[in-house]
This record gives sequence, C-alpha cells and structure tokens, in this order.
Amino acid sequence: MRVTGPPRRSARRSSGAEQIDAGTAVGEVYLRSLLAEQLRLGLAVVGVLALTLGSLPAVFYLAPGLADVRVLGVPLAWAVLAGAVYPFLFLLGWLHVRRSEANERDFVELVARRDAP
Amino acid sequence: MSEELDPRWGGAAVAVVVVATLVISTWGLRFSRTTSDFFVASRRVRPLLNASAIGGEYVSAASFLGIAGLVLAYGAEMLWYPVGWTAGYLVLLALVAAPLRRSGAYTLPDFAEARLASGPVRAASALLVVAIGWLYLLPQFQGAGLTLAVVTGAPSWLGGPVVAVVVLVGVASGGMRSITFVQAFQYWLKLTALLAPLAVLVVVWHGDGRPLPRDLGTGLAGAGGDDGWSTPFGGGISGLAAGPEGLYLTYSVMVATFLGAMGLPHVVVRFYTNPDGRAARRTTLGVLGLLGLFYLLPPVYGALGRAYDSDGGLDGADTMVLRLPGLMTDGLVADALTAVLTAGAFAAFLSTSSGLTIAVAGVLSQAVTPSGRGAGSPARGRRPRWRIEPVTAFRVGAVLAVAVPCAAALASPGLPVARSVGLAFAVAASTFCPLLVLGIWWRGLTDVGALAGLVAGGLGSGVGVVVALTAADDAGTGWGTALLTQPAAWSVPLAFAVMVLVSRATAGRVPADVDRFMVRLHTPEIVPLDRG
Repeated sequence: MRVTGPPRRSARRSSGAEQIDAGTAVGEVYLRSLLAEQLRLGLAVVGVLALTLGSLPAVFYLAPGLADVRVLGVPLAWAVLAGAVYPFLFLLGWLHVRRSEANERDFVELVARRDAP
Repeated sequence: MSEELDPRWGGAAVAVVVVATLVISTWGLRFSRTTSDFFVASRRVRPLLNASAIGGEYVSAASFLGIAGLVLAYGAEMLWYPVGWTAGYLVLLALVAAPLRRSGAYTLPDFAEARLASGPVRAASALLVVAIGWLYLLPQFQGAGLTLAVVTGAPSWLGGPVVAVVVLVGVASGGMRSITFVQAFQYWLKLTALLAPLAVLVVVWHGDGRPLPRDLGTGLAGAGGDDGWSTPFGGGISGLAAGPEGLYLTYSVMVATFLGAMGLPHVVVRFYTNPDGRAARRTTLGVLGLLGLFYLLPPVYGALGRAYDSDGGLDGADTMVLRLPGLMTDGLVADALTAVLTAGAFAAFLSTSSGLTIAVAGVLSQAVTPSGRGAGSPARGRRPRWRIEPVTAFRVGAVLAVAVPCAAALASPGLPVARSVGLAFAVAASTFCPLLVLGIWWRGLTDVGALAGLVAGGLGSGVGVVVALTAADDAGTGWGTALLTQPAAWSVPLAFAVMVLVSRATAGRVPADVDRFMVRLHTPEIVPLDRG
C-alpha cells in the first residue's frame, strides 16, 4: 500500500515515479513515452515478420520459377520453410527481448530522477 | 521389411510413459504444499523450465505425428503449419508476453475482467476458453485411440479413456507445480523420441541410396503441377484448391496460426507462473528456440516417408511416422524404434491434454466458486456467501473438462477432427487476439466494444468450425468453401474492426482506472508504483 498525496512542489521536486502515481501531466508523458516506445518496437517486429514470411506465398505464387531453384540440392521452399525460418524467428525474438529490456532500463532511470522537468 | 509390429513393444512404450508421468506428478506433489503452489506453482518457475513446460504442452500429436503425415500427403505447403505455430510465439512475445504477465491474470476471463470490469465480457471469454479447449482436446483423444490401435492392435476407442484417466490423476492430484515438471520432462522426451530414431533412419536411407523426394512429383493427394510437392503454394494449403483460392487458404492459415497462439487458453495460464514480466519475455524466447529445434525434425520424416511410403495412401498418412521404422528396417531395430516413437506420441497426447485440462478446469472452477476469481488469485477474492474449496472446485472442473471431449470423441469416431486443432487457432485468433492486443495497447477499449468484437469474431470463425466439421471431405474447392473452412483471414480483421468501432461509439464507457491499469501492464516491477 502506497500513500500518495498532492505533489509537494515547494520542498523538493518529486521523482518521475511519484509524478506517475499522482497522475500529473509529466507523469502522463513518462508513461505515454514508454508505451509508445514498446508499441513501436512490437509493431516493428510484427512488421518485419509480415514483410518477410508474409510475402513468401505471394512471391512464390507470382514467380512460379522459384520452385526450381535449389539450395545445396534442397528445393528453395524447403530450405526456407523447413530450416532457415526457425533461426530467423529466434533472432527476431532475441532482438525484441534486448530492445524491450533496454527501453525498460531507460524508463527506470528516467522516473528515478528528481531533477526532471 | 516387417510391416507387422510386435504389439508388446508398443504396449510397453505406452506403459513406460504413463508410469513415468505419474511418478513425476507424485514427486512434484512433494513440492506442492500451498494453494498457491497448486494453482500457479507460486509464480517461481524459472524461464528455461517454464519454456520447456510450454514447449511440452504446445507440441501436440498434431506436431509429433501430424506434420510429417500432412507433408507426405499434401507436400511442402503444409510446412506453413509448424512455421505458423512457431511464429505465433514471436507475435506473442512482441505484443503480449510481458504485459499479460504483469496484468496478474490467471486466465483469459481474468484478464478481461481486470481490464474492463465487466461481467458479460468475462462470461463470453469463459465460454470461448471452454469451446477452444474442447475443440483442441477432441483430436488429442481420437489421436490417442488411433495410435494405440496402430501399435498394439487395441480397439480404437481405448486410447482416449487411457489418456483421460492419466491426465486426470496428474492434474487433479498435483496441480500446477507438479504438472510443470511433467510438461518439461515431456518436451525433452518428445524431442529425443523423434531425434534418435531419425538419426538411425537417415543412416539407413544413406546406405540405401534412395533418391530423396526431389525426383518425385506431387503430394499423394495429387495437387499442383509436376513439382507441386516441393513448392509451397501450387495447390493451396488444403492441397486441393489451386489458384487464388489456394493463395487465400495459405494466408488464412498464416493469420490463424500467427495470431492464434496468444489466445490458446493453456498458454496464458503458464505465463502467470513466471516471476515477472521480464521473465515472461525470456520464457517466450526460450519457447521460440525450443519449438524451432523441434520443428526441424517432422519435415524430414515427411521427406523420408515420401521416399519409402509412396504407396501407403492418404489414410495411412497420419500414422506414417509410427510405421516408417517398419518400412525401412527389420526385426528388433524396427520394433525398438517404433516403441520409442510411440512413447513420444503418447507423451504428446498426455502433455497437451494436461495443459488444456488445467486451463479449462481453471475457468470452470472459477464459474462455481462464488468469489469469481477465487481459484486463480486466492488473495483477491471477495468474501463468498457459500464456499467451495478452490482446490475441490478445480478438481470437479478437471473432470468436466476431460469427460465432455472424451465422450464426444467416443460418440463420433468418424468426425474429421484432424481439422479441429486448426480451427481452434482460427477461433482464438478471431476472439482473444483482438481482446489482448487492443486491451493491452489501446486505452479506448470499452466493455461493449470488446463484447461486440468477441461475438463477431466468435460467430465468424464458429461458422467455419461447423462447416468444416460437418461438411464432407470433397465439399468442393470454390471460393465459398475456402472462405468458410478457413475463416481467419476475414474473421480476424472483422473482430478488430468491430471492437474498435463499437468502442469508439461507446467512448463514455472507458473504465475510469484505465491509466492505473496501463501502469500495471507496462512498467517494470522494480519501479515502486501504484498498480491498482
């Protein structure tokens, strides 16, 4: 249980966390910026997924000649869908975890400061 | 080449898996002391253990036996299923994982109520969880019957009840803590049971010098052109519809699997056992890795099946993995490899069924515990007027969760249930995906909007379920059939649109504490904030 009161402007500047709890405009800006940053990251990952994997059916449909292409003797469709796609998905996931944790670290530092505007 | 399998080996393999499962459940029971242990393993499950457990319950018989069979029958386009099932976890990671854990929701109805404070949305979500869970459990029981029949010659009705009883004993006695160990064990069992025989079979194949399917034509179903079997999109995902309908079907399966994973009821329950949001993300990344590792294997079985089982016919495709050792090797080797594969297949039935049973039982027991959310989050329930012990309610729920689909599987053995796993994804993608994504990222969501979206998406994809389960296999290949049997490509956008538009129209009903809830969803736990 946390006790929150009106922001005490005179004594000292309150931290970002206290601003968020008190629902001030500044606290609102902090929260919105974290949300926007994380949403942008999430949508970027989903967007990359849609542009890469999502385009494959259309590409193969429009360019049937790709069916004859072989990678090390394996048909291209197999090399991609039964092999390469899994490391690719893991890499995207790893990048997302790294970036989202970095965003959160920035947020933690930001809201701990008392010299914030 | 011995086509006949020795039933004693198969029976022994099933017995070993069943006994191992029960032993680990009992062993886990020693750690399961409190109610919190029972339901959420006290939220202390480490990412690697939790990822193994999620992988264990996610890799169902559809993955273990189904993919290789589908690839054998219909060709490379079927590879989209495992790709989609894995990519679904990337979307889950990117949009849902950490906030869902931070929401504190134990089930999807919990999330709906916490976010929107609405009884009707909660009830609709509960109904959908039970529907999706049963849709997903049905093929597990039928597949178990099929497998037991193939490897031991037992009557095909027997496998379902065997799985049902083992699942009930495990789930009802040990709860979440012991099931976590069982599921994690079963992931590694399944991986080993698929990998070890494959190594032997690849060596055998190399010695035989048989051509790989590169020189073979289409899938057994005869779709596409000369090289249709190796091209992903010659014949559409059904293997029957060519042209633009085929392209539509492929995209619809992609939408359903990419967006459906986050809405599967057994997945959400597991997220709540993570210590915090950061661990939830790392767990999801672990799942991505474990699934990627596992799904490298079934396509190779499919390719080998093409080389050795080209006269097996479509009917045998589902059990091709189990029959492959007998087709490629002789005597003791064949029997031993088949036994290992049987053990893996049974582990798949048990783990997926356990996960779903926990999820459905959790929701059902919440419906009968008057505190509403008493079972899931014991600390937060209101004081009830009459009281059923949460653990008792959970056990009753577990019996119901298993008995209904098991009875359905027994009553209608001819139902084309192989499709119902795919449809469960379509329903989840059309209902819970919009609810979670909009609920987590958009403050403007209202209870009326969410309810309207759930109804629209549920009805849209539900029509597909009814059509696909009742229509004959040769229902035709036109646009009408395509749109109805794979509805996700239109029902998901429809659900999103309805949720957004109706929420906009009822903007006055946005919950007052939505900002507080956003703080809870998105801020790291180490920041001392008021989270409502």
